[in-house]
Amino acid sequence: MSETQFDINELREKLPEFNLGAIKWLSIFAIAASALWTSFYSIPADSRGVILRFGKMQSALITPGLHLKLPFFIDRVYIVPIERQLKQEFGFGTEGATDSSQYSRFADEQIAEKSMVSGDLNAALVDWVVQYRITKPEEYLFRVRSPKDTLRDASESIMREVIGDRTIDEVITIGREEIQLTAREKLQELLDLYEMGMTVQQIQLKAVNPPREVKSAFNEVNEAQQEQETSVNIANGEYQKIIPEAKGQADQKISEAEGYALQRVNEAQGDASRFNAIYTEFLKAPEVTRQRLYLETMAEVLPQLGDKTILDKDMQQVLPFLQLNQK
Amino acid sequence: MKNALRIIIGVFAAALLAVVTGVAYIVTETEQVVVTQFGRPVGETVTEAGLHFKMPFVQKVNRFDKRALEWDGPASDMLTKDKTFIVVDTFGRWQITDAKQFFLRLRDDRSAQSRLDDILGSATLATVANHDLIEVVRTSKDRVPARDESLAEQDMDNDLKPVSKGRVKLEEEIFTAAAEPLKDFGIKLLNLRFKRINYHPTVVGKIHTRMISERAQIAAGFRSTGAGEAARIIGTKERELSRINSEAYRKVEEIRGKADAEATAIYASAYNQSLESAEFYQFVKTMDLYKESLSKEASLILSTDSEIFQYLKGATGAAEPGN
Repeated sequence: MSETQFDINELREKLPEFNLGAIKWLSIFAIAASALWTSFYSIPADSRGVILRFGKMQSALITPGLHLKLPFFIDRVYIVPIERQLKQEFGFGTEGATDSSQYSRFADEQIAEKSMVSGDLNAALVDWVVQYRITKPEEYLFRVRSPKDTLRDASESIMREVIGDRTIDEVITIGREEIQLTAREKLQELLDLYEMGMTVQQIQLKAVNPPREVKSAFNEVNEAQQEQETSVNIANGEYQKIIPEAKGQADQKISEAEGYALQRVNEAQGDASRFNAIYTEFLKAPEVTRQRLYLETMAEVLPQLGDKTILDKDMQQVLPFLQLNQK
Repeated sequence: MKNALRIIIGVFAAALLAVVTGVAYIVTETEQVVVTQFGRPVGETVTEAGLHFKMPFVQKVNRFDKRALEWDGPASDMLTKDKTFIVVDTFGRWQITDAKQFFLRLRDDRSAQSRLDDILGSATLATVANHDLIEVVRTSKDRVPARDESLAEQDMDNDLKPVSKGRVKLEEEIFTAAAEPLKDFGIKLLNLRFKRINYHPTVVGKIHTRMISERAQIAAGFRSTGAGEAARIIGTKERELSRINSEAYRKVEEIRGKADAEATAIYASAYNQSLESAEFYQFVKTMDLYKESLSKEASLILSTDSEIFQYLKGATGAAEPGN
């Protein structure tokens, strides 16, 4: 196009003596082609472009699509994936990452990353993930050298600062949520201070463990906690088995006693009434009544008896002849 | 229009040519440039991005980074004031603020890194050696840790150790100590932080042993608390049982006693109205006794003396009836 045309004129003026036909046209063609080649560029959908013209940044961000620029090194385009969610892994690594700063390649390095000291001077192993986006391309590109490595360093530093202010119990069990939030906040503050142009979306704690050598001791605490509950439950079970029954039995005894009391009093009253009735009549004719009662009793009793022996009061020494206990 | 375009294109082409021939040079947003003439810096440091001019051949462009630069210190073994052997890994950020000075003293990035290693390394060593381990580990002075309620009872001494300065203060101390000597190299130290602090491999075993014993103590606490609580429950059970049974016994006896007393009173009031009634009661009761106690199994030897047979030997009776 027009600028290539200009190049041709320029070259024509500058190199009049090289008027050697084929060479001239070949070089013109080569320059024109490369100028054309370096005049087009495209920005992917998830990215924005920043243009440096003679090294100086042009203010507007270039939106996705195919664009024209000045050829060669006059305009230089930097493509920054600002929409993409990026992540860095610490203490472990998911295979297949294209970004070399996503995780450490060496096992030794990963162990060093995850080993830290808690605020009660215990050792802990912490795996975590930082999810971030590049939100200010100009800062990301021009304020910091190797921003991704710096992010790794900053993230490790912040995580240790947070863990160093917490007890091992907070780190391993109850404090995880809070640690994630605090670490995110602090890391963002640091990144802003460093002008890294990055926004931390999230920090996630993955595995948080005591060192391998100590793990069984931690498990034992859990077991002991279970055991405590179990023995309390057993004791409570025994209590529940015995006490309600005992209460019922006690109530039963009391009810029975109340029954007895009613019976006893009623019977006494009955007996007394009966006696009083008879006694009233008795008083009217004491002798006869006494006789009658005696004889009535005898009449009732005597027929029921087994052996009956009647002795004359005048007979003496009759006992030897009696055969007692014939059975 | 066409003219304007031609002028613009002409300017760019001329610039292109100037760069190619060494009359002009490009300074990008990340760079600053010290121009030297026969090895000696001339003019001011160029920090503005864009196209700049110089004398060709005679003057040389020395480019330096303008951005904040990283420094990742080597992990080094250090001894804290309380004689704990630890591995400290620091990182810092710095910037070339006086490029001419930097060019004269250090020339390139690699020698700068090694100077930073020296200065920051020794400042870190000095600060760490003057403080207890906990000062390097903790940051805040007054943070109250959240507690696992279920652990709290067993875990009383597993607390955050107090600090007088804390990590951030120490980082500031190192920063202050190192910033001044670095100025002389045209370097401005921006920031310094502890990256990693770990127990040295030689003391890790001891730390683990301590952690294990702490956990064992907590576990023992749980077990003993469990046994204690169980014993308390069993004790309560025994007490309740005794209470229930004895209270029942007491109530039963009270009820029965009261009833017996009432019955006794009723009987007494009936039978004890007069001498006759008492005697009559005795008689009637005796008769009842006969009815109840004499049965088929009993043998009876009676004399004709007895009242019922007094008429057996004669109608007038053998004897006076007993009274």
